[in-house]
Amino acid sequence: MEEKNKYILSILVDNEPGVLARVAGLFSGRGYNIESLCVAETTDPLVSRITMVTIGDTAIVEQIKKQLFKLINVIKVYDLTGTEYVQRELILIKVNAKPDHRAEILRIADIFRSKVVDVGPEHFTIEVTGSEEKLAAMLNLLKPIGIKEIARTGKIALARETK
Amino acid sequence: MKLTGAQILMEMLKQEGVDTIFGFPGGKVIDIYHELAKTDIKHILVRHEQGAIHAADGYARAGNRVGVCLVTSGPGATNTVTGIASAYMDSIPVVILTGQVPCHLIGNDAFQEVDIVGITRSCTKHNYLVKQTEDLARVVKEAFYLARSGRPGPVLIDIPQDVQQKEIVFKNPDNVNMRSYNPTYTPNMIQLKRAVQQLKKAKKPIIFSGGGVIRSNASEELTALAHTLHIPVTSSLMGLGSFPGTDPLWLGMLGMHGTYRANMSIHESDLIIAVGVRFDDRVTGKIDEFAPNAVIVHIDIDPTSIHKNIAVHTPVVGDCKITLGLLNTLIDQEDFTPVKENRKNWLEQIELWKQTSPFTYDQKNIIKPQYVIDKLYELTKGSAIITTEVGQNQMWAAQHYHFDHSGQFITSGGLGCMGFGLPAAIGAQVACPDRLVVDIAGDGSIQMNIQEIATAVQFNLPVKVVILNNQYLGMVRQWQELFYDKCYACTRMDHTPDFVKLAEAFGALGMKATQPEDVGPVLKEGLSSDKTVIMEFMVEQEESVYPMVPAGKAITEMLLA
Ligand SMILES: Cc1ncc(C[n+]2csc(CCOP(=O)(O)OP(=O)(O)O)c2C)c(N)n1
Ligand SMILES: [Mg+2]
Repeated sequence: MEEKNKYILSILVDNEPGVLARVAGLFSGRGYNIESLCVAETTDPLVSRITMVTIGDTAIVEQIKKQLFKLINVIKVYDLTGTEYVQRELILIKVNAKPDHRAEILRIADIFRSKVVDVGPEHFTIEVTGSEEKLAAMLNLLKPIGIKEIARTGKIALARETK
Repeated sequence: MKLTGAQILMEMLKQEGVDTIFGFPGGKVIDIYHELAKTDIKHILVRHEQGAIHAADGYARAGNRVGVCLVTSGPGATNTVTGIASAYMDSIPVVILTGQVPCHLIGNDAFQEVDIVGITRSCTKHNYLVKQTEDLARVVKEAFYLARSGRPGPVLIDIPQDVQQKEIVFKNPDNVNMRSYNPTYTPNMIQLKRAVQQLKKAKKPIIFSGGGVIRSNASEELTALAHTLHIPVTSSLMGLGSFPGTDPLWLGMLGMHGTYRANMSIHESDLIIAVGVRFDDRVTGKIDEFAPNAVIVHIDIDPTSIHKNIAVHTPVVGDCKITLGLLNTLIDQEDFTPVKENRKNWLEQIELWKQTSPFTYDQKNIIKPQYVIDKLYELTKGSAIITTEVGQNQMWAAQHYHFDHSGQFITSGGLGCMGFGLPAAIGAQVACPDRLVVDIAGDGSIQMNIQEIATAVQFNLPVKVVILNNQYLGMVRQWQELFYDKCYACTRMDHTPDFVKLAEAFGALGMKATQPEDVGPVLKEGLSSDKTVIMEFMVEQEESVYPMVPAGKAITEMLLA
């Protein structure tokens, strides 16, 4: 068996109702995985960009790309995997902030160049963006202190311009 | 010019050349029916919406054009789903028009509201909910274009009642312009040249044709390729008719119930030219052991078909007709004389395989189902349009009738949908009024859409139904016999209606044969009638279809009897 890998796809679609359902339905109907998914309008209001992370072997991912492109509302499918691209993900982390932890949390937040966006007597909510590794590192540091809940956007990505 | 949505729909249907609609009215399509009645588009009133969609499918296949079906919202729409799925699996161009509750009620669980666009998303090529009358003309134009272009398929348009009623200034839409849809018709020449070199090297080549050849009208090109290079041909169930079934190079069908020689030839071949096929599991058997020594050239218009089930060496994305035409031209420019001279051994080997299990049976004192089809073939001189139900009847039809022409064999291949044959025959008869159309049926399947006999009688459609009555859901019984210790759980069907009386009750002609010597006379009389006819043949109950490749086995592991 060929090993499974993560693939990051950037998909341009018609900005119409139901298009996301078509894309998501393709994955559920054919038993493909969606690891994360991000959708929003592009500068062209008629077009949306879906950034998707999926898992599979090469054959499956080749099939996924072709199936996606076969959807009438899909304009382009870019496979960013293995190319030069920048990627970001944003997480909001609500962390327990008892008096004797507050300073440490702020220090960690500072190291990761993140922002405290909400403060309460018992918690901080921190906004952080970055690569997968950076976010994982930050979550690891905050975990012992007590993470109450998180919300994450899923990855967005753009190919780097070739010079 | 000011027109209502319903009037715009009629205008667009006329522009698309629609002359027939299969449908069933209801509250949410009254406006459309009101306008339809004023046009000269023929409306075939079915008795169940599943009948409408299968009939549109049969019409599309026999007439080689887009079939159209019109139904109301809610239950009307859901009744078409099975037929849409069947058309989708078999890549048949149909447009389904469904009524919908008015826009302001959508999402309110209104009376007879269903989200038919949501329900059919995964079994249509594309579907639309039209929310503004202004979009309707463009959507209809796009729908027909999508249905027939590229890899064809069903396209559904859901039209809310207020969209049908609103009056707007009608503007004829420009040509279809969809930036996200651009099928590849012309193949990559580098790949095609590679295929030519592979053809030159091949000692044991074989052509494997499928439904795509029929959909793109590529029979002529395919036949030319086989004839110029002396290459034997096999087909999937869907490909039957794409190459003449009476040609000396014809090997018979491939796969689970394919011929011994077709399965052996594929297994031994060193080159497969696969055209318009998708390597369905019913054809490949155990995939790891499929054609172990063959280089595979795969020609198909749908890139997702290529490398989906089987890794191929030379993928060629393109329209079958255009691609085979170009391939033939390339071949003409090369010297293939030595290649052809070398073909003798291969063809001799195949001739030897032909001796094994050539669909033999012993016609003694109980009617053999195969015998009925052999007789049917003989009496119709192979010229009938054959539709089938699903099960053993379908496989015997595929094995014993020999199809010389595209569009002559109409079956629910991918979905394998019982109840398909009769309505499909009705559609085929409407498309080809002068042809003899025969539905080869099982006693189980025919009861699934038997109500459509009423439609055939009402519209003077002289379709002929040949029921092979084995008093079993035979194909399932066969699996139970072979793999479930002969435990025939719930497959006995000894309570069928009296089909002769039933035919008469519908106003059709009913006939029955119980003895082998009745088969010929019943068929002769039934086929020559100008009425709708049901002919029932009481056949050997526990006859099985052979050869058979058990599920999951290699296609060489055939049970021969
Ligand atoms: C709608 C539907 N339901 C169930 C099946 C499963 N099935 C496949 S073949 C078959 C038996 C069909 O019986 P009959 O029409 O009498 O044909 P026979 O095999 O006896 O010729 C059944 C039940 C099916 N293909 N389609
Ligand atoms: Mg039966």
